[in-house]
Amino acid sequence: MAQRGFSAGLKAGVSIAIGYFPVALTFGLLAKTTGLSLLEATAMSIFVFAGAAQYISLSLITAGVAPAVIILNTFIVNIRHFLMTASLNEKMQPDARWKKALYAFGITDESFSVLAIQKEDNVRTSFAAGVIMISYGSWVVFTALGHLIGANLPAFLQAAMSIALYAMFVGLLVPSMRGNRKVLSLAAIAAVLNSFFFFTELLSTGWAILVSTLASAVIIELISSKGGRS
Amino acid sequence: MGSWIWWTILGMAIVTYIPRAIPLTFLEGRELPPSIQNILRNIPFAVLGALIFPAIFFIQENIWFGVIGAAAAFGIALTGANVMVVVLGSITVLAVYSLFM
Repeated sequence: MAQRGFSAGLKAGVSIAIGYFPVALTFGLLAKTTGLSLLEATAMSIFVFAGAAQYISLSLITAGVAPAVIILNTFIVNIRHFLMTASLNEKMQPDARWKKALYAFGITDESFSVLAIQKEDNVRTSFAAGVIMISYGSWVVFTALGHLIGANLPAFLQAAMSIALYAMFVGLLVPSMRGNRKVLSLAAIAAVLNSFFFFTELLSTGWAILVSTLASAVIIELISSKGGRS
Repeated sequence: MGSWIWWTILGMAIVTYIPRAIPLTFLEGRELPPSIQNILRNIPFAVLGALIFPAIFFIQENIWFGVIGAAAAFGIALTGANVMVVVLGSITVLAVYSLFM
Protein backbone atom coordinates (compact mmCIF):
# COMPACT_ATOMS: atom_id res chain seq x y z
CA MET A 1 0.00 0.00 0.00
CA ALA A 2 2.73 2.42 1.01
CA GLN A 3 4.41 2.11 -2.37
CA ARG A 4 1.57 3.35 -4.55
CA GLY A 5 2.98 5.78 -7.05
CA PHE A 6 2.18 7.73 -10.18
CA SER A 7 0.00 5.25 -12.06
CA ALA A 8 -2.05 4.45 -8.95
CA GLY A 9 -2.49 8.21 -8.59
CA LEU A 10 -3.73 8.51 -12.17
CA LYS A 11 -6.24 5.77 -11.45
CA ALA A 12 -7.40 7.40 -8.23
CA GLY A 13 -7.84 10.67 -10.10
CA VAL A 14 -10.08 9.33 -12.88
CA SER A 15 -13.28 10.11 -10.97
CA ILE A 16 -12.10 13.73 -10.62
CA ALA A 17 -11.39 13.89 -14.34
CA ILE A 18 -14.91 12.60 -15.09
CA GLY A 19 -16.42 15.10 -12.67
CA TYR A 20 -14.45 18.01 -14.14
CA PHE A 21 -15.49 17.14 -17.69
CA PRO A 22 -18.95 18.78 -17.66
CA VAL A 23 -17.85 21.61 -15.35
CA ALA A 24 -14.87 22.56 -17.53
CA LEU A 25 -16.87 22.20 -20.73
CA THR A 26 -19.47 24.61 -19.40
CA PHE A 27 -16.77 26.96 -18.17
CA GLY A 28 -15.25 27.10 -21.67
CA LEU A 29 -18.64 27.79 -23.15
CA LEU A 30 -19.50 30.50 -20.62
CA ALA A 31 -16.08 32.11 -21.04
CA LYS A 32 -16.78 32.33 -24.76
CA THR A 33 -20.16 34.01 -24.22
CA THR A 34 -18.49 36.34 -21.71
CA GLY A 35 -16.14 37.44 -24.48
CA LEU A 36 -12.91 35.66 -23.59
CA SER A 37 -10.91 34.31 -26.51
CA LEU A 38 -9.97 30.63 -26.68
CA LEU A 39 -6.46 31.55 -25.55
CA GLU A 40 -7.67 33.66 -22.61
CA ALA A 41 -10.18 31.07 -21.40
CA THR A 42 -7.69 28.22 -21.64
CA ALA A 43 -4.97 30.31 -20.01
CA MET A 44 -7.23 30.94 -17.05
CA SER A 45 -7.74 27.20 -16.59
CA ILE A 46 -4.00 26.56 -17.08
CA PHE A 47 -2.78 29.16 -14.59
CA VAL A 48 -5.58 29.41 -12.05
CA PHE A 49 -7.08 25.89 -11.94
CA ALA A 50 -9.85 26.71 -9.49
CA GLY A 51 -13.39 25.95 -10.60
CA ALA A 52 -15.50 28.05 -8.27
CA ALA A 53 -13.22 31.11 -8.51
CA GLN A 54 -13.11 30.91 -12.30
CA TYR A 55 -16.89 30.74 -12.58
CA ILE A 56 -17.30 33.70 -10.25
CA SER A 57 -14.72 35.70 -12.21
CA LEU A 58 -16.83 35.33 -15.36
CA SER A 59 -19.89 36.81 -13.71
CA LEU A 60 -17.75 39.63 -12.28
CA ILE A 61 -16.22 40.32 -15.71
CA THR A 62 -19.72 40.48 -17.20
CA ALA A 63 -20.73 42.91 -14.45
CA GLY A 64 -17.76 45.10 -15.37
CA VAL A 65 -16.07 44.74 -11.98
CA ALA A 66 -12.50 46.05 -11.64
CA PRO A 67 -9.68 43.45 -11.96
CA ALA A 68 -8.44 44.18 -8.42
CA VAL A 69 -11.85 43.27 -7.03
CA ILE A 70 -11.96 40.07 -9.09
CA ILE A 71 -8.53 39.11 -7.75
CA LEU A 72 -9.50 39.89 -4.15
CA ASN A 73 -12.65 37.86 -4.55
CA THR A 74 -10.64 34.94 -5.94
CA PHE A 75 -8.40 35.05 -2.90
CA ILE A 76 -11.35 35.03 -0.51
CA VAL A 77 -12.99 32.11 -2.28
CA ASN A 78 -9.75 30.12 -2.06
CA ILE A 79 -8.71 30.91 1.51
CA ARG A 80 -10.16 27.56 2.54
CA HIS A 81 -7.22 25.88 0.82
CA PHE A 82 -4.96 27.10 3.65
CA LEU A 83 -6.79 24.70 5.90
CA MET A 84 -6.78 21.87 3.39
CA THR A 85 -3.09 22.03 2.54
CA ALA A 86 -2.15 22.35 6.24
CA SER A 87 -4.12 19.18 6.83
CA LEU A 88 -2.68 17.50 3.74
CA ASN A 89 0.84 18.26 4.95
CA GLU A 90 0.28 15.82 7.84
CA LYS A 91 -0.63 13.13 5.33
CA MET A 92 2.04 13.49 2.65
CA GLN A 93 5.50 11.95 2.67
CA PRO A 94 8.18 14.46 3.67
CA ASP A 95 9.83 15.70 0.51
CA ALA A 96 11.92 18.52 -0.95
CA ARG A 97 10.21 21.89 -0.64
CA TRP A 98 10.36 22.57 -4.39
CA LYS A 99 8.48 19.37 -5.12
CA LYS A 100 5.82 20.26 -2.60
CA ALA A 101 5.62 23.79 -4.02
CA LEU A 102 5.09 22.20 -7.43
CA TYR A 103 2.25 19.85 -6.55
CA ALA A 104 0.68 22.45 -4.24
CA PHE A 105 -0.49 24.13 -7.45
CA GLY A 106 -2.74 21.18 -8.15
CA ILE A 107 -4.56 21.04 -4.82
CA THR A 108 -8.28 21.60 -5.33
CA ASP A 109 -11.25 20.57 -3.18
CA GLU A 110 -11.35 17.39 -5.23
CA SER A 111 -7.68 16.43 -5.35
CA PHE A 112 -7.39 17.27 -1.65
CA SER A 113 -10.30 14.96 -0.86
CA VAL A 114 -8.83 12.06 -2.83
CA LEU A 115 -5.34 12.48 -1.32
CA ALA A 116 -6.41 13.13 2.26
CA ILE A 117 -8.74 10.12 2.37
CA GLN A 118 -6.05 7.57 1.38
CA LYS A 119 -5.55 4.82 3.92
CA GLU A 120 -1.76 4.96 4.15
CA ASP A 121 -0.06 7.54 6.35
CA ASN A 122 2.70 8.65 4.01
CA VAL A 123 1.10 9.36 0.67
CA ARG A 124 3.83 9.53 -1.94
CA THR A 125 4.59 12.64 -3.97
CA SER A 126 4.36 10.60 -7.17
CA PHE A 127 0.85 9.44 -6.20
CA ALA A 128 -0.17 13.09 -5.76
CA ALA A 129 1.42 13.91 -9.12
CA GLY A 130 -0.74 11.24 -10.77
CA VAL A 131 -3.97 12.43 -9.16
CA ILE A 132 -3.22 16.03 -10.10
CA MET A 133 -2.01 15.32 -13.62
CA ILE A 134 -5.23 13.63 -14.70
CA SER A 135 -7.50 16.17 -12.96
CA TYR A 136 -5.58 19.14 -14.35
CA GLY A 137 -5.47 17.60 -17.82
CA SER A 138 -9.22 17.14 -17.80
CA TRP A 139 -9.81 20.70 -16.56
CA VAL A 140 -7.60 22.35 -19.19
CA VAL A 141 -8.50 20.19 -22.18
CA PHE A 142 -12.25 20.37 -21.62
CA THR A 143 -12.14 24.12 -21.01
CA ALA A 144 -10.58 24.53 -24.45
CA LEU A 145 -13.01 22.05 -25.99
CA GLY A 146 -16.02 23.82 -24.45
CA HIS A 147 -14.86 27.09 -25.97
CA LEU A 148 -14.04 25.50 -29.33
CA ILE A 149 -17.25 23.60 -29.90
CA GLY A 150 -19.27 26.35 -28.23
CA ALA A 151 -22.01 23.96 -27.26
CA ASN A 152 -22.90 21.94 -24.25
CA LEU A 153 -23.63 18.28 -23.69
CA PRO A 154 -27.15 17.05 -24.42
CA ALA A 155 -29.36 18.44 -21.62
CA PHE A 156 -30.09 15.07 -20.00
CA LEU A 157 -26.42 14.16 -19.85
CA GLN A 158 -25.40 17.58 -18.57
CA ALA A 159 -27.99 17.31 -15.81
CA ALA A 160 -26.98 13.75 -14.95
CA MET A 161 -23.25 14.52 -14.90
CA SER A 162 -23.68 17.43 -12.54
CA ILE A 163 -23.88 14.84 -9.73
CA ALA A 164 -20.40 13.46 -10.55
CA LEU A 165 -18.19 15.45 -8.16
CA TYR A 166 -20.66 15.14 -5.29
CA ALA A 167 -21.01 11.42 -5.90
CA MET A 168 -17.23 11.23 -5.71
CA PHE A 169 -17.20 13.02 -2.35
CA VAL A 170 -19.86 10.59 -1.11
CA GLY A 171 -17.87 7.64 -2.44
CA LEU A 172 -14.78 8.86 -0.57
CA LEU A 173 -16.60 9.61 2.68
CA VAL A 174 -18.88 6.61 3.13
CA PRO A 175 -16.24 3.84 3.44
CA SER A 176 -14.45 5.80 6.20
CA MET A 177 -17.75 6.59 7.87
CA ARG A 178 -19.01 3.05 8.24
CA GLY A 179 -18.62 1.85 11.82
CA ASN A 180 -16.70 4.98 12.74
CA ARG A 181 -18.73 7.39 14.82
CA LYS A 182 -15.97 9.96 14.92
CA VAL A 183 -15.82 10.28 11.12
CA LEU A 184 -19.61 10.31 10.92
CA SER A 185 -19.79 13.09 13.53
CA LEU A 186 -17.09 15.15 11.80
CA ALA A 187 -18.94 15.05 8.50
CA ALA A 188 -22.37 15.54 10.06
CA ILE A 189 -21.45 18.56 12.17
CA ALA A 190 -19.68 20.26 9.26
CA ALA A 191 -22.65 19.47 6.99
CA VAL A 192 -25.16 20.93 9.44
CA LEU A 193 -23.08 24.07 10.06
CA ASN A 194 -22.45 24.62 6.35
CA SER A 195 -26.16 24.17 5.59
CA PHE A 196 -26.96 26.67 8.34
CA PHE A 197 -24.61 29.24 6.78
CA PHE A 198 -26.06 28.51 3.36
CA PHE A 199 -29.71 28.93 4.25
CA THR A 200 -29.22 31.94 6.53
CA GLU A 201 -26.82 33.48 3.94
CA LEU A 202 -24.65 34.43 6.90
CA LEU A 203 -21.41 33.58 5.08
CA SER A 204 -20.44 33.20 1.43
CA THR A 205 -19.64 29.68 0.19
CA GLY A 206 -15.86 29.84 0.58
CA TRP A 207 -16.01 31.14 4.16
CA ALA A 208 -18.88 28.84 5.07
CA ILE A 209 -16.89 25.74 4.09
CA LEU A 210 -13.82 27.01 5.95
CA VAL A 211 -15.63 27.91 9.16
CA SER A 212 -17.86 24.83 9.32
CA THR A 213 -14.93 22.49 8.61
CA LEU A 214 -12.68 24.05 11.22
CA ALA A 215 -15.43 24.26 13.83
CA SER A 216 -16.35 20.61 13.35
CA ALA A 217 -12.71 19.46 13.51
CA VAL A 218 -12.11 21.44 16.73
CA ILE A 219 -15.35 20.37 18.43
CA ILE A 220 -14.68 16.68 17.78
CA GLU A 221 -11.07 17.02 18.96
CA LEU A 222 -12.27 18.65 22.21
CA ILE A 223 -14.83 15.90 22.78
CA SER A 224 -12.52 13.01 21.95
CA SER A 225 -9.56 14.34 23.98
CA LYS A 226 -11.86 14.84 26.99
CA GLY A 227 -13.23 11.34 26.56
CA GLY A 228 -9.64 10.11 26.64
CA ARG A 229 -9.92 8.13 23.40
CA SER A 230 -9.40 9.03 19.81
CA MET B 1 -10.75 41.66 -24.09
CA GLY B 2 -7.82 43.99 -23.51
CA SER B 3 -4.54 43.35 -21.76
CA TRP B 4 -6.31 43.79 -18.41
CA ILE B 5 -7.69 40.25 -18.72
CA TRP B 6 -4.13 38.94 -18.68
CA TRP B 7 -3.32 40.94 -15.56
CA THR B 8 -6.51 39.61 -14.00
CA ILE B 9 -5.54 36.02 -14.84
CA LEU B 10 -2.06 36.59 -13.44
CA GLY B 11 -3.44 38.08 -10.22
CA MET B 12 -5.96 35.26 -9.86
CA ALA B 13 -3.19 32.71 -10.40
CA ILE B 14 -1.03 34.23 -7.66
CA VAL B 15 -3.74 34.57 -5.02
CA THR B 16 -4.99 31.04 -5.75
CA TYR B 17 -1.50 29.59 -5.43
CA ILE B 18 -0.64 31.24 -2.09
CA PRO B 19 -3.07 29.31 0.15
CA ARG B 20 -2.16 26.11 -1.64
CA ALA B 21 1.60 26.45 -1.35
CA ILE B 22 2.34 28.18 1.96
CA PRO B 23 1.16 25.44 4.36
CA LEU B 24 2.70 22.62 2.31
CA THR B 25 6.12 24.25 2.07
CA PHE B 26 6.26 26.19 5.34
CA LEU B 27 5.11 23.30 7.52
CA GLU B 28 7.47 20.77 5.88
CA GLY B 29 9.65 19.13 8.53
CA ARG B 30 7.91 20.97 11.38
CA GLU B 31 6.37 19.00 14.22
CA LEU B 32 3.11 20.62 15.31
CA PRO B 33 1.60 20.24 18.81
CA PRO B 34 -0.40 16.97 19.09
CA SER B 35 -3.75 18.72 19.52
CA ILE B 36 -3.21 20.73 16.32
CA GLN B 37 -2.16 17.55 14.51
CA ASN B 38 -5.36 15.86 15.66
CA ILE B 39 -7.47 18.76 14.44
CA LEU B 40 -5.70 18.71 11.06
CA ARG B 41 -6.34 14.96 10.80
CA ASN B 42 -10.02 15.62 11.43
CA ILE B 43 -10.22 18.14 8.59
CA PRO B 44 -10.66 15.78 5.59
CA PHE B 45 -13.84 14.16 6.92
CA ALA B 46 -15.27 17.50 7.99
CA VAL B 47 -14.42 19.02 4.59
CA LEU B 48 -16.29 16.22 2.82
CA GLY B 49 -19.36 16.84 4.96
CA ALA B 50 -19.30 20.54 4.10
CA LEU B 51 -18.55 19.97 0.41
CA ILE B 52 -21.44 17.53 0.05
CA PHE B 53 -24.10 19.36 2.06
CA PRO B 54 -26.13 21.25 1.15
CA ALA B 55 -24.67 21.70 -2.39
CA ILE B 56 -25.53 18.16 -3.53
CA PHE B 57 -29.23 19.06 -3.46
CA PHE B 58 -28.80 22.07 -5.72
CA ILE B 59 -26.98 20.60 -8.73
CA GLN B 60 -29.97 21.49 -10.92
CA GLU B 61 -32.83 23.93 -10.57
CA ASN B 62 -35.15 20.96 -10.26
CA ILE B 63 -34.36 19.81 -6.71
CA TRP B 64 -35.35 16.20 -7.50
CA PHE B 65 -32.08 15.78 -9.40
CA GLY B 66 -30.19 16.52 -6.23
CA VAL B 67 -32.41 14.42 -4.00
CA ILE B 68 -32.36 11.39 -6.31
CA GLY B 69 -28.66 11.85 -7.08
CA ALA B 70 -27.79 12.02 -3.38
CA ALA B 71 -29.91 8.97 -2.60
CA ALA B 72 -28.26 7.06 -5.46
CA ALA B 73 -24.74 8.08 -4.40
CA PHE B 74 -25.24 7.15 -0.75
CA GLY B 75 -27.15 3.99 -1.67
CA ILE B 76 -24.42 2.75 -4.00
CA ALA B 77 -21.61 3.78 -1.63
CA LEU B 78 -23.23 1.92 1.26
CA THR B 79 -23.04 -1.35 -0.69
CA GLY B 80 -19.25 -0.99 -0.41
CA ALA B 81 -18.73 -0.09 -4.08
CA ASN B 82 -15.59 1.86 -4.97
CA VAL B 83 -15.61 5.56 -5.84
CA MET B 84 -15.72 5.06 -9.60
CA VAL B 85 -18.78 2.84 -9.37
CA VAL B 86 -20.48 5.41 -7.12
CA VAL B 87 -19.76 8.18 -9.65
CA LEU B 88 -20.81 6.29 -12.79
CA GLY B 89 -23.77 4.68 -11.04
CA SER B 90 -25.14 8.01 -9.81
CA ILE B 91 -24.74 9.55 -13.28
CA THR B 92 -26.59 6.60 -14.83
CA VAL B 93 -29.47 6.83 -12.34
CA LEU B 94 -29.90 10.55 -13.09
CA ALA B 95 -29.58 10.07 -16.84
CA VAL B 96 -32.37 7.48 -16.73
CA TYR B 97 -34.44 9.74 -14.50
CA SER B 98 -34.08 12.76 -16.80
CA LEU B 99 -34.89 10.72 -19.89
CA PHE B 100 -38.13 9.44 -18.39
CA MET B 101 -39.40 12.49 -16.60
